[in-house]
Amino acid sequence: MLIIPPPDVLVQGILSGILMGFVYALIAAGLSLIFGLMEIVNFAHGEFLMLAMYTTFWAYALFALDPLVSVPLSAGVLFLVGWLTYRGIIRRILGGPMLAQIFATFGLAIFLRAGAQFLWTPDFRQVSRAWVQGPVRMLGVSVGLPQAVASVACLVAFGALYWFITRTETGVALEATAQDRQAAELMGINTERMFALGWGIGAACVGIAGAFLANFFYVFPHVGSLFALIAYVTVALGGFGSIPGSLVAGVIIGVIEVLGGLLIAPAFKYVAVFVLSLVVVLLRPQGLFGKF
Amino acid sequence: MATGGVAAPAARRRLAGVLLLLLCLAALAFPWVDRLPYHRDLVIRVFLYAMLAQAWNILAGYCGQISLGHAVFFGTGAYASSVLQMRWGWNPWVGLGAGIPVAVALSMAIGYPCFRLRGHYFAIATIAIGEIIQTLAINWDFIGGARGLTLPFQKDSLLAFQFHTSKYPYYYIVLALLILCLLVSWRIERTRLGYYFRAIREDPEAAQSVGIPITRYKLIAMAVSAAFVSAGGSFYAQYVLYLDPDSVLPLSLSILICLLAVVGGVGTLWGPLVGAALLIPLSEFTRIQFGGTGRAVDLLIYGALLTLVAVFQPAGLVGLLGRRGRP
Repeated sequence: MLIIPPPDVLVQGILSGILMGFVYALIAAGLSLIFGLMEIVNFAHGEFLMLAMYTTFWAYALFALDPLVSVPLSAGVLFLVGWLTYRGIIRRILGGPMLAQIFATFGLAIFLRAGAQFLWTPDFRQVSRAWVQGPVRMLGVSVGLPQAVASVACLVAFGALYWFITRTETGVALEATAQDRQAAELMGINTERMFALGWGIGAACVGIAGAFLANFFYVFPHVGSLFALIAYVTVALGGFGSIPGSLVAGVIIGVIEVLGGLLIAPAFKYVAVFVLSLVVVLLRPQGLFGKF
Repeated sequence: MATGGVAAPAARRRLAGVLLLLLCLAALAFPWVDRLPYHRDLVIRVFLYAMLAQAWNILAGYCGQISLGHAVFFGTGAYASSVLQMRWGWNPWVGLGAGIPVAVALSMAIGYPCFRLRGHYFAIATIAIGEIIQTLAINWDFIGGARGLTLPFQKDSLLAFQFHTSKYPYYYIVLALLILCLLVSWRIERTRLGYYFRAIREDPEAAQSVGIPITRYKLIAMAVSAAFVSAGGSFYAQYVLYLDPDSVLPLSLSILICLLAVVGGVGTLWGPLVGAALLIPLSEFTRIQFGGTGRAVDLLIYGALLTLVAVFQPAGLVGLLGRRGRP
C-alpha cells in the first residue's frame, strides 16, 4: 500500500511541504485572529484570498505591476474588504443565532465567487512574466523560487502579525478584546473599532498570501475553495483563536499533504490532511493549542 | 394580520385545513393541467430539493446541528441503488430500500464522534468528511470512479423504476416522498421528539441537565435526516440515469440544500418548500435570461439572498409572514 520514495525525493517533499505550510499558516492566522476576537468563522476567507489573487493579477495585467510590487496594494484592498465586511454584515449578527453566523459569511462567499465569475469569467489566469521564477537550490534539493519567496514572505508577515499582537498597544487592545469584551470596554478600549480592525487585519493576511500565491498559482473564481478548506482544518487543528497554533498546524498540514501524496497517492493527499485533522480534533476538540 | 389575530383558533385551523387540501389537489392535478415537459421537470426538481432541504431541516433546523455535508447521504442513496442494480441486478426499489440503512449507518458513524463538537467545529468537520468521501468515490473504480455510472435503459414499468414515454410517475413518486417527509417533520414538531430537538438546539447544557440524553437525540435527528436524503439520492439516480461524484457528492450540493432551507425558513415546516419553490425556478429563469455559460447569476442572487436573510431575517422568508414562526 505504502510507496517508499527515495530519500532525496522525501527530503524534497518535506521541504516543499514546510514551505507551503508557512503560506497556509498566514492564511489560517487571519481566520484564527477573527475567530479569537468574536467566535465567528469567516466562511468567505477563501473568497477573500481569491480577491487578493485577482487584485494582484489585474495589477499585473492592467498596470504591469509585478506581484511582488502589488503586495501592499493587495493587503490594503483586502484590509478594506475585511473592514467593510465587518461594518456591513458581521456587526449585525454578533449576538445572533449560530445559524445566522454561519450562513451570513457563507452567503458572502457564494456571492463573491459568483461575482468574480460574472465579472471576470471562469477562465484560469496566470501572471506569465513575473520577476521571480524558475527553481532555486536549497539544502541540496531544488524548489521553485516563487514558492520559496512566498513562503519566506508569509513567515515574515506572520512574525510581524505576532509582534503586532503581542508587542504593540493596539495589538494588546485586540488581545484584551478577544479575552473579555466587557472588561476591555471598561478599560476604555473601543471594542467596535477593534472588531473592525481584526477583520481588516485578518483579511489583509490573505491579501499578502494571495499576492504571493498569484506568482505561481492559477487565478480563477473557485481558487479560494481549496485554500479555505485547508485553512479551516488548519485552524481547527491548531486551535481556534491561537495564532502560534496556526503556524504549527500550517506546517504540519503542509508536510502531511506532501507525504500523503508521496506515500499513498497524489489523489489522496487532501484525504490524508482531512483525516488527520479530524482525528486530532475528535480526540482533542480544542485543537493542539486551543484554550477551551 | 388583522383577521388572523381576531379569528378563533378553530376557524383558523379550518382555514389552514382547506388551504392545505387545495394545495394537495393542485399538486396532484398539476401534470394534467400543465402538460409542458419542461415545467414538469422543473416541478419535479423543486419537490426533490424541497424534500432534501426539509430533511436537512430536521437535523439543523429543529435540532440545531448544522451539517454542511449532507451530499454524503444523497450520494450514498444514489450509489446504493445504482451499484446494486448494475453489479448484482438488484431491483432499484430494493436498492433504494437498501441505501437507507447504509446512509443511516454512515450518519451514525459520522454523528457519533462529531456530535462531541459544537457549532462551528461540527460544521467544519462535516465539510471535511464530505470532501473525504467525494475524493474516495472519485478514486473507487468499483462504483465507476470519476467517470460515473450510466444506468442501463429498461422498459417502462413501476417495478423497474424507469418511465420514458410518460414522466408522470416520477412526478408522483417524488411528490409522495416530499409529503412523507413533511408528515414526518409535522409529527416530530408536535411530539416529545420535537421538543427535545428544540431544547437541544436552544441550549444543549440545559437540555442535558434536565435529563435529555442529547447525543442519542442528535443521532435520531441525524438518522431521520439521512434516511430521507438517501431516498432522494436513489430517486435522483433513477430519474437522471447517470451519476458521478461531481453530481451527487459535491460540497455545492450540501450548500444548496442548506441554502434553500435557510432562505425559506429554518426550523419551520414550510420554509424549505418555500425556499425550493422560489430559488430552483429562479435558477432556471436566470439561465434563460443570461445564458448558462458560466455567468453564475443564480449563484450571485443565492449568495446575496442567503446573507441578507441571515443578517436581517434569520427566521427566513416564512418568518416574514409572522404568524407561523417557531411554535
